[in-house]
Amino acid sequence: MHALRNVDLSIQKGEIFGIIGHSGAGKSTLLQMINMLEKPSSGEVIVDGVDMTRLGSGKLQEMRRSIGMIFQHFNLLSSTTVEDNIAFPLRLAKQPRDAIARRVEELLGLVGLSGHGRKYPSQLSGGQKQRVGIARALATNPKVLLCDEATSALDPQTTNAILSLLLDINRKLGITIVLITHEMHVIRSICDRVAVIDGGEIVEMGPVADVFLKPQHRTTREFVAQVTDNPDDGTDALRSANAAGRLRIRVTFIGEQTYEPVLYETMRETSVPFVILQGTVSRLKDTPYGQLVLELQGENGGAEQAIDKLRSRGLDVEVIRNE
Amino acid sequence: MNSLLEIDWQGIGEATADTLTMLGLSTLFTVLIGLPLGVVLFLTSRGQPLEQFAVYALLSFVVNVLRSVPFIILMIMVIPLTKLLVGTSMGVPGSIPPLVIAAAPFFARLVETSLREVDRGVIRAAQAMGATYWQIVWRVLLPESRPGLIAAVTITAVTLVSYTAMSGVIGGGGLGDLAIRYGYQRFQTTVMVVTVVILLVLVQILQSLGDRLVRHFQRK
Repeated sequence: MHALRNVDLSIQKGEIFGIIGHSGAGKSTLLQMINMLEKPSSGEVIVDGVDMTRLGSGKLQEMRRSIGMIFQHFNLLSSTTVEDNIAFPLRLAKQPRDAIARRVEELLGLVGLSGHGRKYPSQLSGGQKQRVGIARALATNPKVLLCDEATSALDPQTTNAILSLLLDINRKLGITIVLITHEMHVIRSICDRVAVIDGGEIVEMGPVADVFLKPQHRTTREFVAQVTDNPDDGTDALRSANAAGRLRIRVTFIGEQTYEPVLYETMRETSVPFVILQGTVSRLKDTPYGQLVLELQGENGGAEQAIDKLRSRGLDVEVIRNE
Repeated sequence: MNSLLEIDWQGIGEATADTLTMLGLSTLFTVLIGLPLGVVLFLTSRGQPLEQFAVYALLSFVVNVLRSVPFIILMIMVIPLTKLLVGTSMGVPGSIPPLVIAAAPFFARLVETSLREVDRGVIRAAQAMGATYWQIVWRVLLPESRPGLIAAVTITAVTLVSYTAMSGVIGGGGLGDLAIRYGYQRFQTTVMVVTVVILLVLVQILQSLGDRLVRHFQRK
């Protein structure tokens, strides 16, 4: 019995890479293999050119200091103050006292906790605890930050605040972030690329826009459904509209096109009547996108002509066939 | 029953001092031996950073054997070892080795239990930050379990109070010795009562001191 099989994954420097899966899918194991908290039975884990699986304990400990990690339950030392928690990795690395004090002050500012240094973790809210976790993880200037369900124990508002902090850190410091989650919202908000894991295997992987807008695997569709209002085949309007000469299409807008009257112009040119059956306009990280399900009621090939026009304007058009 | 005035107060004073010496030294050595033993028991147990079944099973067996022998019998059994270690089996010095041999395994188990209370996630976080095993012990396990460890020292010290009294049976000195020789063998019940009262006060002081420290370090 293997927790993970056939995993072939490469994460680019500076990107935010998301791994999404249900609990028990193996995502946590996969993440913890990056810093060898879990050791693979076979294969290689290469971080910054170093094969982690071949390191002795001394080298591994050294390497782990360049990989920060934050956790769902924060995992702070309850017996020491916020300051001491953040100083912890620096003390492990035996840095001089005054350098530690300066760095701790700097990190408190970075995560927005200036003035909370003398408090104990039990005096902080969940969001503040995770900020301490982030400051602690960044203390040693790691190149990679691993996030193990970092927002799963937080309420939606705090989740968004932590996500924007992570995005901010990624941009300011250029740190590579690998996160695991079971929430599509997290992936959609900050990730550049995503891998979907199911039953210990990566079933789908690619840029978030591709995976999100055109999910192929059943599990991926389930996750996408978390953040879209209605599943496509769930509406009565979609089921009943099946008359001849009518074509149902899914049009996807990405980027600036979302805010341009592309649809209006095309339909005016071809004068094909249409009905909007379903629609979303939202954002993937910073990219606006829109997705509409339309029914075209054009006769004599008018619908096909409209589709060609939409495509020629660079829109992604998918014809939905009836079963 | 003789009056309080007839009691040999000087003798009681000396016996109290002896008891305090025995208690202090035996607690000290118990912690010095039991703490590392407890840490090793914890670290080598199942699912812990240094899981080593053979080491754990062996230590656990030795601890169980020592804990299952009644103190009064253990005391007599270890007389040869006591003589080897401190040159005598009598008086205050002679009582220290059996006290430590009896209390250290007990304390080690309490330490092991306290360490189990430490959040596994925190240990994992320390590992992820590149902590060595030594750093995990010193900077995570011991500070995080400090209230539990203080409570463990308190319980052990209180237990040692009654053990020191028992060691009076084989001439260990101290209040227990006094109570047996005067109170029991010479029918001076008042002496017996006075020693019991002193022991009671001692236990009260130890317990409230321990509780206060635990409260001070409790951060949860």
